[in-house]
Amino acid sequence: MSQRRVVVTGLGATTPLGGDVDTTWKAILAGQSGVRLLTDDWREMLPVHFAARVATEPADQMERVEMRRLDRSEQFALIASREAWKDAGSPDELDKERLGVVVASGIGGVITLMDQFNILNEKGARSVSPHTVPMLMPNGPAANVGLELKAKAGVHTPVSACASGAEAIGYAFEMIKNNRADIVVSGGVEAACHQLPMAAFAAMKALSTRNDDPARASRPYDRDRDGFVLGEGGGILVLEEYEHAKARGAKIYCEISGQGLTSDGYHIAAPDPEGSGVQRAIKFALQNAGMTAKDIVHLNAHATSTPAGDVAEANALRKALGADADHVAVSATKSMTGHLLGGAGAIESVFLVKALQDRLAPPTINIENLDPAVTVDVVRDKPRALPAGDIAALNDSFGFGGHNVVLVFNSI
Amino acid sequence: MALAQADVLAGLKEIVEEVAGIPAASVELDKNFTDDLEVDSLSMVEVVVACEERFGVKIPDEKVTELVTVGDAVNFIVNASN
Repeated sequence: MSQRRVVVTGLGATTPLGGDVDTTWKAILAGQSGVRLLTDDWREMLPVHFAARVATEPADQMERVEMRRLDRSEQFALIASREAWKDAGSPDELDKERLGVVVASGIGGVITLMDQFNILNEKGARSVSPHTVPMLMPNGPAANVGLELKAKAGVHTPVSACASGAEAIGYAFEMIKNNRADIVVSGGVEAACHQLPMAAFAAMKALSTRNDDPARASRPYDRDRDGFVLGEGGGILVLEEYEHAKARGAKIYCEISGQGLTSDGYHIAAPDPEGSGVQRAIKFALQNAGMTAKDIVHLNAHATSTPAGDVAEANALRKALGADADHVAVSATKSMTGHLLGGAGAIESVFLVKALQDRLAPPTINIENLDPAVTVDVVRDKPRALPAGDIAALNDSFGFGGHNVVLVFNSI
Repeated sequence: MALAQADVLAGLKEIVEEVAGIPAASVELDKNFTDDLEVDSLSMVEVVVACEERFGVKIPDEKVTELVTVGDAVNFIVNASN
């Protein structure tokens, strides 16, 4: 069997900056922040009063009856996958045994879990919704997308905290490479803007507490960054075998040509300050893609705006890419979207595909004073043009537990 | 005092529309929940619990399988309220 290549033929997203890819991408290029003060009363219980909720509520994009049996994370998955499937030309004639779905979530249906726990305590067991289990299970978003599209090649949900979305895309890439499927709908979602997960992240001192200036709270690489901003939403990419896409005349955005996966074996939540796991993941990803650091012109960084994480990542990038890091435009889009946890790697892959298409690296906002410990070339304030010709870019994602995922995309 | 059949039917129409999105006008006494209205087993559980709350009756689990049509449910609730 000849080597199978994998391309991107559809994109979908619902994010703190827009209810679809185009709206979101325009806002990203304009350097807008999706972070806002919460309007919920419960915010007063917390040390953090803001988050990056989706810009368009699911109620504006879905029927009420459909919504009520879906967790919010599942609503995001269906909204984004419908956009992506349509963008891919709605290839419904495909043999469904060759169609797969890999959609991740970091936490699953935590809002449903908490709501139903309250109902149990207040009204008793008989009032607990019979839809609770399908709503709270972490594979619920993938399962609902798979059901809607009648996918029969396999429906999967990798869970690796904030690396989940990227891991899902890598898993989908492998499914096509290994000839299990011709099209795989892949990505990640998260819906955890709820008092419990926010209190829990705050207890780890992981969240920014810049309550007086929410839009400037997410500031990767800034000297005064004080934690990440929780975001919600999701991103979906339709991955397709190259010859299959050509044969049906599909619009092809770019190729996904490799992935690198490693684990730190260091700490449950802290990044390895040496970043050796990240370095190895970059090395493996480039090898897997048949490329070298010379080929890379852009990287959408994990960069969550935590004091330790941003520098550890930047150091690892510099060590892994060496002098070639000088021609890599590094963008930290979490400065605008906040951190979507299991959805992060997915929306950032959407942004990477758009960056390759438009030849524009998105900006990183809110850097008032660049941390001198950051030795990579960060794109600040405004988008930066990427070179003409054949170009390649990386998306890296890391998760609590020491999970490292690096994906390689290239123009085609 | 027993509930009136018309009142129970009107309430049940609202519940089925709320839970399953079936237009109230099509929820008629001779309609089969599964075959005609496509109310699945999970939604049926919701309908039963909502009826218990609304009409103040108990609908034992072993009786639920006997409620095949809307009329079956209305009659059960009217009798149970008596």
